[in-house]
Amino acid sequence: MGQRVAIVGTGQTNHRSSRKDVNGVELIQEATDRALEDAGLSRKDIDAVVIGNMDHFEGINCVDMWSIDGNGGLHKPVMKVTTGGTTGTTVGIAGYYHVASGLFDTVLAIGWEKNSESDTTAAIITCADPFWERPTFGGAVAGLAAGACGYMHRYGITERDAALIAVRDRKNALNNPYAHLRKEITVEDVLNSPMLAYPIKLLDICPRTDGACAVIFASEDKTKCITDKPAWVHQVSSRHNYTFFTDVDRSGRMPTLYEACMEIYKKEGIKDPLHELDVVEMYTPSSFAGLVWIDALGVCDEGSAARLVSDGVTEMDGELPINPSGGVLSTNCIGATGLIRIAEAAMQISGKAGEHQIEGAKLALATGFGGCHWSDVLLIGSSKPN
Amino acid sequence: MSKERYPLLTISSTIEQPYNYSLGRYGGRLVRELKDNKRIMGIKCPKCGRVYVPPRQVCGRCFKKMDEFVEVSNTGILDAFTVVYFSFIDPETGKKRPVPYGYGRIKLHGADSEFLHFLQESDLKKLKTGMKVEAVFEENRTGSFKDIRYFKIIKD
Repeated sequence: MGQRVAIVGTGQTNHRSSRKDVNGVELIQEATDRALEDAGLSRKDIDAVVIGNMDHFEGINCVDMWSIDGNGGLHKPVMKVTTGGTTGTTVGIAGYYHVASGLFDTVLAIGWEKNSESDTTAAIITCADPFWERPTFGGAVAGLAAGACGYMHRYGITERDAALIAVRDRKNALNNPYAHLRKEITVEDVLNSPMLAYPIKLLDICPRTDGACAVIFASEDKTKCITDKPAWVHQVSSRHNYTFFTDVDRSGRMPTLYEACMEIYKKEGIKDPLHELDVVEMYTPSSFAGLVWIDALGVCDEGSAARLVSDGVTEMDGELPINPSGGVLSTNCIGATGLIRIAEAAMQISGKAGEHQIEGAKLALATGFGGCHWSDVLLIGSSKPN
Repeated sequence: MSKERYPLLTISSTIEQPYNYSLGRYGGRLVRELKDNKRIMGIKCPKCGRVYVPPRQVCGRCFKKMDEFVEVSNTGILDAFTVVYFSFIDPETGKKRPVPYGYGRIKLHGADSEFLHFLQESDLKKLKTGMKVEAVFEENRTGSFKDIRYFKIIKD
């Protein structure tokens, strides 16, 4: 059992499609500064730094070193952690592990990306096998599109069903000053947007964003001195998966997400997640995935998420709001995206989510997704864990 | 900082870095069979019995070394597909990949994992999940992924 850990401060940049005014270090520093300010701490209070992005997007390796001026880690222990799309959640989990181990009291976790600096799809293709996959693979868009095609066949969902997810999240983003895309869209807008790779259209897929996020994890003793509204990390679960896209088990609910959620619910004693969770920040790389994978959260029967969504259950005023921040479909600075889910979940618990606050949120789930269907899940709550 | 205003600059850089990757014995066997015999080889786990294509040394689930190569069919079922319309830089060539093109996840008969390859068809109206497809090999094969040109739809 790890020691108790709380999130005591978070910071995000104002995410944009292109931040020409800053280089990587400066972008990282912006989030770091904001997290320290939120926690009322300074660099000297930080014992260790964990930082990550998806290296191919900027092509400048060893960010742990070259960003040292901005990441607060000069002459401190710094680790780079990167796991593709889950980088942000992995960075957060690594920050948590540092403190839970009892070896560090206050740890800064930073996720960031300047997606404007490269061709996103070209960069993503470099994580595929050079011989067997790169010739066909068309990045996240095409990969998720083939997945969506499979879902349409398996569950009978339609492009219209999936569009509801994009409409929901883009509407929620209007209440999030940090979100990249802040313009409401309709189902017709989604259906009429350009087809990128069947069946995924422009408004079904996450944008590319420049942005950074920083989250500060602290031990129980330190937390007492920092804040009276900590967001306690109750549970953490990760499931990695195959490298070959074609090895992934597609026979049921998204397996890594489902397994990770079930492990968390079992350890926490949650029997009815639909009613016991107050809010979910879910990593939804596409509208189709965001729809179908709701069943992997264990809140509905397999393949029946479309009904849940159209009934309004996942809206801001529904039984289980999903993505009050606007989610990944509104903001996607890839190395930060997963960490933003953690930050937003923590903000909900600490009452810091401003206009997108879910009143009385006490238990929040944050999920991360990476390329070949691997998952990280965290359960964050207002009460001190046992 | 001075009050003068300067334009925000971006520098462009294209990296060309040659790599030579080892296919290993297992990948190499599939490549030789494609080239010499127009056969697609999988490998079978001695513990769980799953047949993987492309073949690889270890079954990830059982963490057991595999050495039983099995031939899988050149035909299979199209489990899922997409037609790519948007243009992007192919990192292998440095140029935009020609679009539209179709590719699919194919369950070859005899294999438990799927196989990723191009489809002959890129007209959405003619593609459906569940269709039977068959590998079409190049006449002149060089020991490449593209020794299979694409998979074509076959009627029942």
